Amino acid sequence: MSAPVLSIQGMSHYFGGLKAVSDFTFDVPEGVIYGLIGPNGSGKTTCFNLITGIYTPTQGKILFQGEEIVGVKPYKIVHKGIARTFQNLRIFSNLSVIDNIRVARHFNSKVGLFPSLLRLPSFLKEQEQTRDEVMDLIKLMHLDKRANEMAKNLPYGELRRLEVARALATKPKLMLLDEPAAGMNPKETEDLMKLVRRVRDEFKVTIFLIEHHMKFVTGICERVKVIDFGTTIAEGKPEDVVKETKVLEAYLGRKAVVC
Amino acid sequence: MDKLRLPKLAIAGAVFYAIVQILILTGVLNGYFVVIINRSMIFVILAATLNLINGITGQFSLGHMGFAAVGAYVSGTITTILCTHMNPHAFGDNLIFLAAIILGGCGAAVVGFLIGFPSLRLKGDYLAIVTLGFGEIIRTILNNIAYVGGPRGLLGIPKFSGFTVIFLFTFFTIVLLRNLVQSSHGRAMLSIRENELASELSGVDTTKYKVLGFVIGAFFAGIAGGLLAHLLQIAHPTQYGFYASSILLIMVYAGGMGSLTGSIIAAFSLTFLTEGLRVGIDWLRDTVGIPIGTEWTMVIYALLLIFIMLYKTEGFMGMRESKILVIEEKKV
Repeated sequence: MSAPVLSIQGMSHYFGGLKAVSDFTFDVPEGVIYGLIGPNGSGKTTCFNLITGIYTPTQGKILFQGEEIVGVKPYKIVHKGIARTFQNLRIFSNLSVIDNIRVARHFNSKVGLFPSLLRLPSFLKEQEQTRDEVMDLIKLMHLDKRANEMAKNLPYGELRRLEVARALATKPKLMLLDEPAAGMNPKETEDLMKLVRRVRDEFKVTIFLIEHHMKFVTGICERVKVIDFGTTIAEGKPEDVVKETKVLEAYLGRKAVVC
Repeated sequence: MDKLRLPKLAIAGAVFYAIVQILILTGVLNGYFVVIINRSMIFVILAATLNLINGITGQFSLGHMGFAAVGAYVSGTITTILCTHMNPHAFGDNLIFLAAIILGGCGAAVVGFLIGFPSLRLKGDYLAIVTLGFGEIIRTILNNIAYVGGPRGLLGIPKFSGFTVIFLFTFFTIVLLRNLVQSSHGRAMLSIRENELASELSGVDTTKYKVLGFVIGAFFAGIAGGLLAHLLQIAHPTQYGFYASSILLIMVYAGGMGSLTGSIIAAFSLTFLTEGLRVGIDWLRDTVGIPIGTEWTMVIYALLLIFIMLYKTEGFMGMRESKILVIEEKKV
């Protein structure tokens, strides 16, 4: 495929003496579904926090579409086209479903404070336009019956989809999904796989995801990277990677491999 | 049909205005009650704008009355200097009054920016301490500037704030706050309250919106301070101390964090309660003979706050708004 949308070069991050991420170098090619897997505490979420600007890496470079994004403020990284979802949901619970998504459209708004306060025609026009766009996303995520409901009243699976919709509303080029299938049953996981593929194809977004669910990863990812204790232990196509001894050891321990 | 429907808030405002005016004209409400109603409306502005900072943007400000003090002293000084020829019934003088009030609001907004910009990087308790300190600093400064009367207060401010003027300012403040909350900018502020990290990672410049909420809140608090000064004809440092700020806080919590409706109801009920308690305590002291003073109102307020925190954490309205304050969007 074409040039990498995300390129990470020698990235390390230490929490005091703990090497959370140690010398990562990898590229995420445009248009793929890329998986980052590894046991608990292996540095996956830290890696996402580094890319989205929540942490600044101790060493190394992060290039997004060829542009250095280390040190850029998190909200500006979002403006450049990286969106993410969270492992433990971070929903705006006391806002309606439609408002949750509209927050993510805010930075594209061209209407200033005064036209909004006075509800001038320019404000009303943009409001209508935004609502239509957001409703399309809501329909895509099968949340249309819930549009005006408070987010806190939604069941878990729908909240997951709401978070994906909110991330998509920023019109990203790269979407980071932090354990999208966590807590989902097999049927829901199946639906989610279809959804992620559809999102990639329809919105032309590169997907970079973290996951524990092996079935999910092998079923959807086109490339995976396996990490443990902050270092890379395997990289490649999912069907090859899962066969590697190191990977099996990291996941299941030595004994299980012998069995 | 749809276009013929007058906005609900305009009807509600007009009905309230008409009823009070009729009661004044028929003599049912004497001057004393009119002053209490005027004070209530000024407190509506103060409580609703504090709610913008504390309830809607999710920050914690303890010095809201400091902004009102800036507005009161700036506008009061302007009108007192020009006072000798001022006449509340002359059109030109009313324009000067209007300009003075707006300038007072702008002064408060500038101070709000200067305080908010460095301190809104702090979270929770730390921000509360900074704003608490700020409120006291303003009070102390005013206490020590001889030009504005020092501890004696700024005296001889012309009486420009009547029922109509205060009503109009209160009404438009509520309209603008409602419009703000139901706009993209307002949703950005709400999202900070809900989850600051998710807000930032949805592309919201959280620092900018925290400061903006603070500055808008300070602006309207300054206007309210100006109105109060021109109602009482005096601006005194003790009116704007921590005691007054904490009453505003009680109004916001009692009404419901994030609910403008709640702030309006609480501002009216607590202002009337204060007066009721004053009358009640005087009666207890003078007629029954129990030796207590009006400072006991603060004890009752403290108990009220404890009661709210224990049994009705979300306040009277919670986060709900009355239908009157919600602009209906086209259903989808």
